[in-house]
Amino acid sequence: MLCCRKLTPPGLLEWCSPSEQDVQGPQRLPLTPGDFCLWSHARLPLSDTEPAEARTGDQKCVKCKEGLPVVVIRAGDAFCRDCFKALYVHKFRAMLGKSRLIFPGEKVLLAWSGGPSSSSMVWQVLEGLSRDSAKRLRFVPGVVYIDEGAACGQSPEDRARTLAEVKLALQTTGFPWHAVALEEVFSLPPSALRCSAQEAAGTEGAYKAAVDSFLQQQHALGTNGVERQSQHCAQDPQSPTGPPTTAQTQALSRLFDSVKTLTAKEELLQTLRTHLILHVARNHGYSKVMTGDSCTRLAIKLMTSLALGRGAFLAWDTGFSDERHGDVVVVRPMREHTLKEVAFYNRLFAVPSICTPALDTKAPEKASIHRLMEAFILRLQAQFPSTVSTVYRTSEKLVKAPRAGCAAGPRCLLCMCTLDVDTADSATAFGAQTSHLPQMQTPVTQARAAAGPCCCAGMGGAPGCCKREDPRAQVMEQLCYGCRVNMKDLPSLELLPPYILSEAQLRSQRATAEQEIREYLLGDSEDEAGTGES
Amino acid sequence: MGTWELSAGRPQSLLEVVVLLPASALSRSLDLPAWVLFRRSRPLPPLQDPTMPAPQCASCHKARAALRRPRSGQALCGACFCAAFEAEVLHTVVAGRLLPPGAVVAVGASGGKDSTVLAHVLRELAPRLGISLHLVAVDEGIGGYRDAALAAVRRQAARWELPLTVVAYADLFGGWTMDAVARSTAGSGRSRACCTFCGVLRRRALEEGARLVGATHVVTGHNADDMAETVLMNFLRGDAGRLARGGGLGSPGEGGALPRCRPLQLASQKEVVLYAHFRRLDYFSEECVYAPEAFRGHARDLLKMLEAARPSAVLDLVHSAERLALAPTARPPPPGACSRCGALASRALCQACALLDGLNRGRPRLAIGKGRRGLDEEGPPREPQPSRPPASEPVPDF
Repeated sequence: MLCCRKLTPPGLLEWCSPSEQDVQGPQRLPLTPGDFCLWSHARLPLSDTEPAEARTGDQKCVKCKEGLPVVVIRAGDAFCRDCFKALYVHKFRAMLGKSRLIFPGEKVLLAWSGGPSSSSMVWQVLEGLSRDSAKRLRFVPGVVYIDEGAACGQSPEDRARTLAEVKLALQTTGFPWHAVALEEVFSLPPSALRCSAQEAAGTEGAYKAAVDSFLQQQHALGTNGVERQSQHCAQDPQSPTGPPTTAQTQALSRLFDSVKTLTAKEELLQTLRTHLILHVARNHGYSKVMTGDSCTRLAIKLMTSLALGRGAFLAWDTGFSDERHGDVVVVRPMREHTLKEVAFYNRLFAVPSICTPALDTKAPEKASIHRLMEAFILRLQAQFPSTVSTVYRTSEKLVKAPRAGCAAGPRCLLCMCTLDVDTADSATAFGAQTSHLPQMQTPVTQARAAAGPCCCAGMGGAPGCCKREDPRAQVMEQLCYGCRVNMKDLPSLELLPPYILSEAQLRSQRATAEQEIREYLLGDSEDEAGTGES
Repeated sequence: MGTWELSAGRPQSLLEVVVLLPASALSRSLDLPAWVLFRRSRPLPPLQDPTMPAPQCASCHKARAALRRPRSGQALCGACFCAAFEAEVLHTVVAGRLLPPGAVVAVGASGGKDSTVLAHVLRELAPRLGISLHLVAVDEGIGGYRDAALAAVRRQAARWELPLTVVAYADLFGGWTMDAVARSTAGSGRSRACCTFCGVLRRRALEEGARLVGATHVVTGHNADDMAETVLMNFLRGDAGRLARGGGLGSPGEGGALPRCRPLQLASQKEVVLYAHFRRLDYFSEECVYAPEAFRGHARDLLKMLEAARPSAVLDLVHSAERLALAPTARPPPPGACSRCGALASRALCQACALLDGLNRGRPRLAIGKGRRGLDEEGPPREPQPSRPPASEPVPDF
């Protein structure tokens, strides 16, 4: 069976060859509730997986009207195998094509977590690049896998076993691959947090010109160039650093153990993972990163970000393209595929994936905001079947402009979004009494209430007002609202990887220096600083 | 029925609320299991450690602390907390320039805790702000619920010596009470969508009542939890228009509609309840008979769970709501005037007239949901009207 019931599935190759009967059963759904698999990341509503035999025997595929339906996507839409595949592949291609972001010949890094969505994405790219597909995809992919076992508390043996399977899977793809351990965040340079100047976004003319020149190139090279590209398979692993040291693993475990809530842990993990992927992309010259977030996951992520205070950045967090990091653009081509379609596709077409325990595996539902939101949305989806698509449509209406036209200000240290904490009269600046209990120094009395809470809590306020030489306050000042709330659950910031702390120090030094010389600067100092950054 | 002395045991704060209701209804509205409420009241135990004495009030340092503020965990005595609460509301009003001096303010009074607290606080602050208050109560005609609530409002008006005006749906909307609307929309196999009607009509009724008393501003008692629920709900329902308009401290009143604001917007629900408790305010706390059908119930459950996972969730949601950036196409069109009643409307007919139209024609769902067939105007479907009902939304029909 294609399902993983245990944490470490028996073997990758067994997954790749299910019995023909299972996959091509004529009139019955391949999935029955009995052997339905619950991946740690996928909880699919069971109400729609009723077998086709419950319907009248002569129901046909709604698209081609000929084939026998095999899958029900939305309520009432039964597709046969081929139409389903065509729909799925078309969605993927259309997503990439209409955005015109991926130029031909560009190097694109595929972020693969082993889960169903990213495996499906890698599979699509694999099929799309193969010689026999109509209108081949034209970019140059690589795959990266981040081993997060230390953060999730896995034992070294489990990690080694998973890593072996991962390497096997990556080699079969034939792309250049990188298997990186999360411990490498401890050796990241502070430049990972700097947003480099981005190139001008490709206009339509530029895209067409690029496509034309690429086609001409192809003609000139003939078939040689194509074959050269396909010889990248099974290269040496591109991680010269080797397996992580015990000290690094311990430092990572210490960091994650010190975080008090699961919510903050998950956010921290995501942040570190993003930084690491971007670093790998930058090192090896990739200009785009593709992540396999499906529609369901993005809807959950949107609501979670809302609850975490990241309402200003929803467009970046859940949009198709995310250009906050400057030179590397994060792209989400699986945006329109619901988790249900992904699961059916993987099952029908034998897409291999690896199941590893995540940070919140087996955690109770109320353990973190992410879990809560996931359970809530999936429950609501069972009752109102268009919840996920409604949230997705709403997310499409979000724009990336800062609200009320405020100029580009300093960026958050961790998530690299423009800071959204202002000292104006906003609800949170005013009502922000969410500082630590023991450190609360200014009780809100009747007389002083009109002035608002003091900024000792580090929530903004006039700079220079009771500013202590406190590294924690220094770091907190440079974070956006959402990151600040997360960092509150981290009692000591010293356990963070050194690149974060050193970049924080650098920025605060620069801010202090700017403050001193502000009166002598002519014009906008922002531009000068911008070109000076690497 | 007699007075129940109820106490809810919680790890960090004890709540004693004296009400005149059966505990089951109270527990539902306060979202506590009923068994919690049946304990006999007893003296406050020390908050953290049984062997240590209760901490001193953090602001006056004289009295013993009686509560911890939910957000900051600060220990305060009752008087200091009430003073702080009032100061914060004052700051909201002054900083947002919500109620200029000389304003005649119509307070939407439902008899519930939010509007009771709002009326009380504004009454305390009225001399400082230079405003005069009128209570406007809306009688939707929900039997068994609204009449008891109105009795509470009348008691309050009498105690505080504030003029009270009651406007009834039956008078304003041609005999359509909410019970009649519910009967009319029932039986279609789908949800009744009572709350859609009630919300829209109540806004209109409030406006009418305010005009009757000659008010210049309308205030309602929505608190931070309401705002958080609203933004969650709008995302789940895909209501981009309301998302684009929301987040502020009220509407400035365009095109002849009175400016509306929500002075309690930054106060969390727990603080409102605490204030009502310490000031010994008498309010009505049953929930509406039709409330279980509302979609807002889902958002409310979610918010409660989020608060349990992270106490600052409400504040974070309000922060997010303030900073949403929606595409210009998602925003509602600039409002005009309704062709029938002259009120603010983004289409030819305002929503209230459209809903009543549907009811009168015997097709109550005419103006609800996508596509307003049969009404004589064009317009993209699902665009909201400027009167923004944060009240319960209907269960969506898909």
